[in-house]
Amino acid sequence: MTVLASSSSSSPLQFWGYFMDHRSEDLGWLWDHTWLSVLPVVIGLLIALPLGWLARRYRWVYPPMMSITGLLYTIPSIALFVLIPPIFGLGALDPKQVPIALTIYSVALLVRVVADGLASVSDETIQAATAIGYKPVGRLFRVELPIAVPVITAGLRVALVANVSIVAVAGTIGMSNLGQLFTQGFQQSTPDAYYPPIVLGIVLCVLLALVLDLSVQALNRLLTPWRRAVRT
Amino acid sequence: MISSVITWLNDPSHWRDTRLNTGIITQLEAHLRFSGIALLIALLIALPLGLFIGHTGRLSWLVAAANALRALPTVGVLVLLTVMIAPNFHGRTDTGYVIPTEIVLVLLAIPPILSNTYAGVQNVDPAVRDAAFGMGMTGSQVLLRVEFPCSLPLIFSGFRSATLQVIATATIASYIPLGGLGRFIYDGLAQQDFPQMIGGGVLVAALALSADLLLAAVQRYAVSRGISGRISKKQVAAPDSRLATVTQAEVATV
Repeated sequence: MTVLASSSSSSPLQFWGYFMDHRSEDLGWLWDHTWLSVLPVVIGLLIALPLGWLARRYRWVYPPMMSITGLLYTIPSIALFVLIPPIFGLGALDPKQVPIALTIYSVALLVRVVADGLASVSDETIQAATAIGYKPVGRLFRVELPIAVPVITAGLRVALVANVSIVAVAGTIGMSNLGQLFTQGFQQSTPDAYYPPIVLGIVLCVLLALVLDLSVQALNRLLTPWRRAVRT
Repeated sequence: MISSVITWLNDPSHWRDTRLNTGIITQLEAHLRFSGIALLIALLIALPLGLFIGHTGRLSWLVAAANALRALPTVGVLVLLTVMIAPNFHGRTDTGYVIPTEIVLVLLAIPPILSNTYAGVQNVDPAVRDAAFGMGMTGSQVLLRVEFPCSLPLIFSGFRSATLQVIATATIASYIPLGGLGRFIYDGLAQQDFPQMIGGGVLVAALALSADLLLAAVQRYAVSRGISGRISKKQVAAPDSRLATVTQAEVATV
């Protein structure tokens, strides 16, 4: 009986019990993981909006800007994490290095998305908006950006889901987030495999990615009421 | 800090194997070996599958299923497979770490190659496909001589993004622990030797950038100039007008 009990406690399906036993710690990591995934995308979008607008407004800016952002996106996440501190003059292990690296990735991804989203606005629409009296700034915020929302939110979904996975990588260099569950499970797996924390980490990461993805889709619906009006 | 990183990278004893440490060259070879094997297996699985799904339109749910895999946290799956597989291997061998790593790398490389190959074949101009069938090509000829070359740009972009992800994740494999350039990052971290850690980051970034540049160069030579659009307007116009006269002549003789 005791053998059965001990083997079932390390079974992968015991992750819920593990979660209940370490609730406050796990919820803390979940919260860290959430803001580390979301905040860089928000800041990244705020930086990418003017850059994307520039790339759309001045066509010669587009090719070099896409080369630079493509280059940034090429750098593996773990390498970018350790390269941030010397570039920004931080200590070698600084909690700020993860959000900074993720912001760089988000900007690199979203500049192209914003530029392509603004390019998806048809010339007729822009001419019509100008004809009914919109000045360039008002036209940008009240006509062009709203029409670009579906393209931009599609980019946000990609960025958020990618971030959830990359934040877990930061756990391997000791940053506090759900990646710690993998470190814990790995350390507790000698000599025998101990699955609950690892499975819990994977489940929470997938759920977080799912929830973030669904909230961006909800945001998209909220911001583009006219698309529903057309469909029904 | 930057100068100490440069000093670390410039030290020849860090590049060669010594009695105590494995050098950069050896770790680079290991990194390339893990990544290369995974990419080859993924290509052998995903490319034929993507071509088949794109050509026949059957099994397209597989593409969606492969894309859903991307939501999984790579580190978590890597650790999970390692604690499952590694205890079954004993002695002085790293097979128990190589197998889970290769599984994760292959799983990671399949979705971008598969979905881009599928999308590439799907996006071939229907008129081009019709013309190929109209010339009397069989289904497999259309696939291999028309649809495959036409979808090469998308296939390459999928393979390039797969390569980047595999190189990035092979770095994390040093955490479980396995050789590769990530060794310097995690060893530097464990020993609080930050020049080594950051130097490792520089090496990984340089490897990713050069792999991408190399593939971009290969793509330039592999993709037909008629598809990539790297062809001057004059060159296109000349054969077109000649073709036009030939068709007129043929019509006249008929």
